[in-house]
Amino acid sequence: MQPLEAFEPRIVAFFCHWCTYGAADLAGVNRLEYPASFRAVRIPCTGRMSPKFILHAFRQGADGIWISGCHPGDCHYGTGNYHSRRRMELFNNLMQYIGFEEDRLHFSWISSAEAEKFQQKAIEVVQTVQALGPNTHLVKDITLDPMRGVI
Amino acid sequence: MQERTQNIRAAARRLLEEKKVDCVIGYIEGTIPLRAQPFVAYTPEEADKLIWSSFCGGNLATITSARKGTMAVVAQGCVSRNLAGLIHENRLERKNLHVIGVPCIGMLDFRKIEARVPYMNVVSVTEEENSITVHGYDTEGNEASETILRREVKRDNCYTCLHRNPVNANETVAAPVDETAGGNIDYIATPWIKLDADGRKQEFAKNFASCIRCYACRDACPLCYCTTCFVDENMPQWCGKTQDPADVQTFHILRAFHCAGRCTDCGACETACPQGIKMRRLTSMLEKDVRRLWEYEPGMSDEAEPPLATFTQNDPQEHFK
Repeated sequence: MQPLEAFEPRIVAFFCHWCTYGAADLAGVNRLEYPASFRAVRIPCTGRMSPKFILHAFRQGADGIWISGCHPGDCHYGTGNYHSRRRMELFNNLMQYIGFEEDRLHFSWISSAEAEKFQQKAIEVVQTVQALGPNTHLVKDITLDPMRGVI
Repeated sequence: MQERTQNIRAAARRLLEEKKVDCVIGYIEGTIPLRAQPFVAYTPEEADKLIWSSFCGGNLATITSARKGTMAVVAQGCVSRNLAGLIHENRLERKNLHVIGVPCIGMLDFRKIEARVPYMNVVSVTEEENSITVHGYDTEGNEASETILRREVKRDNCYTCLHRNPVNANETVAAPVDETAGGNIDYIATPWIKLDADGRKQEFAKNFASCIRCYACRDACPLCYCTTCFVDENMPQWCGKTQDPADVQTFHILRAFHCAGRCTDCGACETACPQGIKMRRLTSMLEKDVRRLWEYEPGMSDEAEPPLATFTQNDPQEHFK
């Protein structure tokens, strides 16, 4: 693993409860080392994934997004990841079209047995986002928010 | 246009007299020149107010959506495809709907016309096959008129229309026209694609910089019928309500994405926008992708499943690794 440089990215990772979240657990149990620059958010299925979450994360200052779920055909609910695949393909193309770099958004299929793939992907995600530097696109300047600190 | 107006009136009158429908949804002259406004005719007398002009740039599917009773709708190509989409989404029942189809030669952009005659206070307009003549008064108060070619002042989306003849029409009021308008939508749908990431960011930010968040684009759109729009949600609040560029851009991205795979490129959003924002930059990019990835065109039948409501096991996955 490469040592972390001065810029530590904030990456929001959305993991499917049934597979990638388990892979993260397994990687921990196996003592596989991976960078700690991402915040894992557990979702019930990648089919739950909405573009709203991605934009919300960027607006609050995320530097990268990583979405990971079950391999096609292995969805706990049958078809959730198939729907997600269509939606996220289209949405990623839109995000690139409006000026996000290709490596800001990462998508992967990682089953709960693939701890090593999880480790590899985690390192890849953090390194590529690190190389891009902080994200400035679609970030809201929350210091202007009058309710800041109140709620 | 005169012929279309007469035939629409005759059809509307006949349908209302025979009590085939409760109402006819069409257009009447706007209160100011270069505009047409939606109108619901309930009696044969009211049917005589209906018109067809080159300024029927709204989308009547919007006010037809979820309406009770039987109705006839005056629909050109794009609107008829929106009606088909709404039937599929259970917003309308086909048996309650009578589509008066209008083969369309393209709507005109009142902003482009006003820009052509900046010296003139426009009072009226007469239409010919390939041109229009605007009449009014110049700055001195003298009568003035100017003839403008249609092809120079068409709305952006009408240059690249793919289906000008209505689908699913019960009757049509004019002879069919050429199916496409001639322009290649795939060629011009994504003007920012040749820029690098920074250039795209700048163009994107510039495009939506003047948005005032009036939501006219949303209200004009027949696809936007959620009882609670995502911009009005507040627990949790996914889209901020301020004029901060991040909030404005988030609104436009999500609005466009909600229309993906359903947008017929009718251009009602751009026509309704008081700021002249080109929100089709996003929707036409998405529709181009939908055609490329899943070979789907919205609204061509009321049976077809929209691409984001279905899947196949072998869908392309360029970004998943």
